[in-house]
Amino acid sequence: MTGTSPGFDRERITSEIFSHLVELAALELKADEAEYLRHELNGQLNAIHELENIVIDDQLPISSHGVPYHGATAAGLREDVSEPGSLADDILNQAPQLEGRYVVVPDIPHRELE
Amino acid sequence: MRQALCDLPGHELVKRLRRKEISAVEILESVRGRIEAVEGRAPTTEPYSAQPADLERVHAYITLSLDRARQQAEAIDRALAAGEDPGPLAGVPLAVKDIFCVRGTRSTAASRILQDFISPYSATPVARLEQAGALTIGKVNLDEFTFGSSNESSAFLPPPGNPWDPRRVPGGSSGGSAAAVAAGEATISLGTDTSGSIRQPAAYCGVVGLKPTYGRVSRYGLIAFASSLDCPGPVTRDVTDAALALKVMAGPDPRDATAANLPVPEALGDLDQSAPKLRIGLSPDYFRLQYPEPSTGGLSERPVDPEIEAAVRRAADLLSDAGHTIVENVPMPNTRYGVPAYFVISRVEAASNLHRYDGVKYGYRYPGEVADLRELYRRTRGVGFGLQPKLRILMGMYVSGEEYEKDYYQRALRVRTLIRRDFERAFDPHGDFRLDCLLTPTTPSTAFEIGALYGDTVSMQYVDLLTVPADHAGVPAVSIPAGLDGRGLPIGIQFIGPDFSEVRMLQAARAFEQATEGDEWRRIQPRVVAAASAGV
Repeated sequence: MTGTSPGFDRERITSEIFSHLVELAALELKADEAEYLRHELNGQLNAIHELENIVIDDQLPISSHGVPYHGATAAGLREDVSEPGSLADDILNQAPQLEGRYVVVPDIPHRELE
Repeated sequence: MRQALCDLPGHELVKRLRRKEISAVEILESVRGRIEAVEGRAPTTEPYSAQPADLERVHAYITLSLDRARQQAEAIDRALAAGEDPGPLAGVPLAVKDIFCVRGTRSTAASRILQDFISPYSATPVARLEQAGALTIGKVNLDEFTFGSSNESSAFLPPPGNPWDPRRVPGGSSGGSAAAVAAGEATISLGTDTSGSIRQPAAYCGVVGLKPTYGRVSRYGLIAFASSLDCPGPVTRDVTDAALALKVMAGPDPRDATAANLPVPEALGDLDQSAPKLRIGLSPDYFRLQYPEPSTGGLSERPVDPEIEAAVRRAADLLSDAGHTIVENVPMPNTRYGVPAYFVISRVEAASNLHRYDGVKYGYRYPGEVADLRELYRRTRGVGFGLQPKLRILMGMYVSGEEYEKDYYQRALRVRTLIRRDFERAFDPHGDFRLDCLLTPTTPSTAFEIGALYGDTVSMQYVDLLTVPADHAGVPAVSIPAGLDGRGLPIGIQFIGPDFSEVRMLQAARAFEQATEGDEWRRIQPRVVAAASAGV
């Protein structure tokens, strides 16, 4: 293989795009982590670049999962019956901060309505 | 040579137990002794610096639950003494990949963000295996949230070593599973396969790894990575055990709407009965591999390791001699797109699934002062997640973003259709090939050294080149040992079948096992097992 494949761009994820993604992902990164992650993201995008060159008929359906479900194999709907839960305390006990049976969170960012 | 109980397959243990030649407690003690001999220091999330001794040990387990296993073993021995049926897996030591919830135990996903999480319930496949009499020895290591192919991304270090050569990786992400079974630290393990995470480590460690059809086994209680691909399945010593374990864990589950409403085939309990003559295909697209060239964005072609190709060709010859029909030159042209499409689909699903870790409901929470909830999220996730989850979230965010989604995510889902159609064409009972299964290599190479690839996420993902197409298509696949390479490392070969054809596919694998029963390599033990047996 010689030359560069059409549409190939080594730096798709610029620093600006990267910062936006980090904000969306709700992550806080150290500088060395950020540098590594941006480098790997660009490497991965270059590795999947060939997907863009596959000729795909617009009529080709998507596969959101491999095995098709149909009447015979799909799980039926569950009966709508209430079952008493017994795990509430076990589940609450996993919360990092509790007050009584309330989960505690810090201030939720908000704006006063005018 | 008389084998230790911990080195026997599960069906043999059950047989001896039912004859009352051995007890479940004796089996457990044999496994406990092996763990003491080969395991080494326990992996932790403390700052890690590798010691020379780490490269001689297996480090498979994040958490041992030998007390739980002892109670289970004693209950089985009591049931046997009382003349009751102790279950189809009675006394069989089980290692659970630490991505499954087991009630009352730490369920970490090998991540700091869940390092102290105690699950309030058990996953369906775990509950079914325990109900069948398996002894839960503990929770085994994996790549963090299953994100990797070498088990090096775990937050719990030292990473597992390959029992055949502990300086090498056991594969991943079910690396602890395959290492534990190969080393005699468990007889069966419950793993998961999203792009090859059961089959690739099974191949590297010389054991059997079965990825069932998507929907055959419930995902309830499995900590999710890519929900349209994640598939629980067994890692075992032989094909018979894989079938027995699948028979126990498979079947409809009202708690998972993707669990197919199909009965579990009885024949999984006796593969050797009425084994049919099969049509088995070979595809050139599983021998000529396409890798990306980072400098140009193009592709270069490399062959699969010649020793692995030779093992597949020999298997085809042996199966042909046994009366099966080998069909050559089956085209699977979209195999090469498996990894690129996976890079997109799995990251979108991972980013979505990982949003639940926020420091509020469970798991790690940043303990310092924060201004508001958003800062709590950022700091908790910044400290709690390792590099690989962060990378997968960021990639998922990018390729599902509004501006890029059509070019990446929608396109990848269409490419998945093309991959699925390759299999439909090969298995079509009225088509040109009419295959019962495909026979392929499991991996392009045998186990690599710890540190050789880790950090290079593109090369690491391409280790799954030959396993990921079956995940995209949802079809079942199994890797079985087929010999050792020139360095004494295990080679795995793979059978892939149509939807819900596990019985036939495992019968093909079993036919190979029977044809090679007398092979010299089957008598060679992994290095750590040989050393433990010799009392070194």
